Amino acid sequence: MHIVDGVLSNPVLVSSAGLTLLGVAVGLRKIEGDDIPKVGVFSATFFIASLVHIPVGPSSVHLILNGLIGITLGWAAFPALLIALLLQAIFFGFGGLVVLGANTLNIALPAVLVYYLYAPLLRRSTTKLAAIWGFAAGSSAIALTTVFVGFSLALSGEEFLIAAKLAFVTHIPVMLVEGFFTAAAVFLLCKVKPEILMGEPHLSAPPSAPKTHP
Amino acid sequence: MATQHLEHSGVSWKGQQLGHKHSRIDTLDPRLRIIFTMIFAVVTVFSQSFPSLLAALSFALLSALFARLDYKRTVRRVVAMDLFIIFMLILLPFTTPGDALINIGPLQATQQGLLLALAIGLKANAIILMTLALTGTLNATTFGHALSKLKIPDKFVYLLLFTVRYLEVINREYKKMRNAMKARAFTARSNLHTWRTLGYLFGMLLVRSLERSERILAAMKCRGYTGKLHLVSTMKIQRQDYLFTIIALSLSAVIIGLHFL
Repeated sequence: MHIVDGVLSNPVLVSSAGLTLLGVAVGLRKIEGDDIPKVGVFSATFFIASLVHIPVGPSSVHLILNGLIGITLGWAAFPALLIALLLQAIFFGFGGLVVLGANTLNIALPAVLVYYLYAPLLRRSTTKLAAIWGFAAGSSAIALTTVFVGFSLALSGEEFLIAAKLAFVTHIPVMLVEGFFTAAAVFLLCKVKPEILMGEPHLSAPPSAPKTHP
Repeated sequence: MATQHLEHSGVSWKGQQLGHKHSRIDTLDPRLRIIFTMIFAVVTVFSQSFPSLLAALSFALLSALFARLDYKRTVRRVVAMDLFIIFMLILLPFTTPGDALINIGPLQATQQGLLLALAIGLKANAIILMTLALTGTLNATTFGHALSKLKIPDKFVYLLLFTVRYLEVINREYKKMRNAMKARAFTARSNLHTWRTLGYLFGMLLVRSLERSERILAAMKCRGYTGKLHLVSTMKIQRQDYLFTIIALSLSAVIIGLHFL
């Protein structure tokens, strides 16, 4: 889902970089000193997850997991994803430098939207219902990303429209896999550690109280 | 051998073992390397003429040679990116309106489209090579420190440093759990069971990450953490840095200048 350097038009590059800057600023403001280890370690976890090949049909895909990132990190998704994309662009040559703003916006904005849509629902649902919301969050985040990528391309020139539409169609299986994956992860989190799903307002909550043994 | 601290094989995390051959680029100030990578990328992206783009690509190739980048690894990365964009580039001549060049059945390839595809290919390849040569040869931690010295907000830099530090740790945790699954005869296939199981795996990895981050925070607090980390590293502009600045600025000027020819 990365766009490389040289594709997007200058107005698209500049405006999406501006919006990403804004998003990162909000994200950093929401992160307090005590949240740094949590967001940093989560960011590393999602980075590792994005490297894993998931078999789909005869081929395999990489997951982006921006739905799960949104649910667990809220606005902190912006800085976390910018860091992941920056590291990939610089050390692996994946993506691009000038399009970093556009790539971050296309992945992090759906994460934040999903956070606002589904995090409140997740907080007051049963485990099974949460898994269903998890599916919706996972697949809609990646669907939104595909649409946003399409928008960035189409706004840069009509000649990219067909490529953008093709990208959407070829990503439908990915949306399903992201959905199932996120549903399972949310189901497990609900059972084992529901506070992870509480997202942003609890970003700065004190570490969970030590268990008292009778 | 200077160690380069980030590497993955495309399928899994390779970690921090790989090194690269030492070169003159490694003696340059990290801040300057980051700044000139950015300048080069911006100048190249905004270039419109083919002489500028060809110049940019040749400067990038020269820098890659000069940085003594690992030949196989670099080719693999550049080819991976090219394969990634090739479909879009092939489509472009047929979707761009303009003067007809060739007709394949009902499809018509245009000159404008072909030139656009060519320009995108040149820009993308030039920037990836220059990035890998100048900034990709930095140690990831040094990169974070240099960002901090370039006035990037502290919190962002801390997050970057934490991410880099824990990639290795989390990967080990992931491998451990994956091995445990293997011992119970799990193989990844294209089915619901696989996707669900991997979802559980990463859900559990998140739980462990949260618990780990709580332990890290407690350990940091015990050592007096109050929201500020002290990034100790000295970066000084030296003689070779002035030379580098002059060369980099004049090469950028050449790219911009060719535009007006």
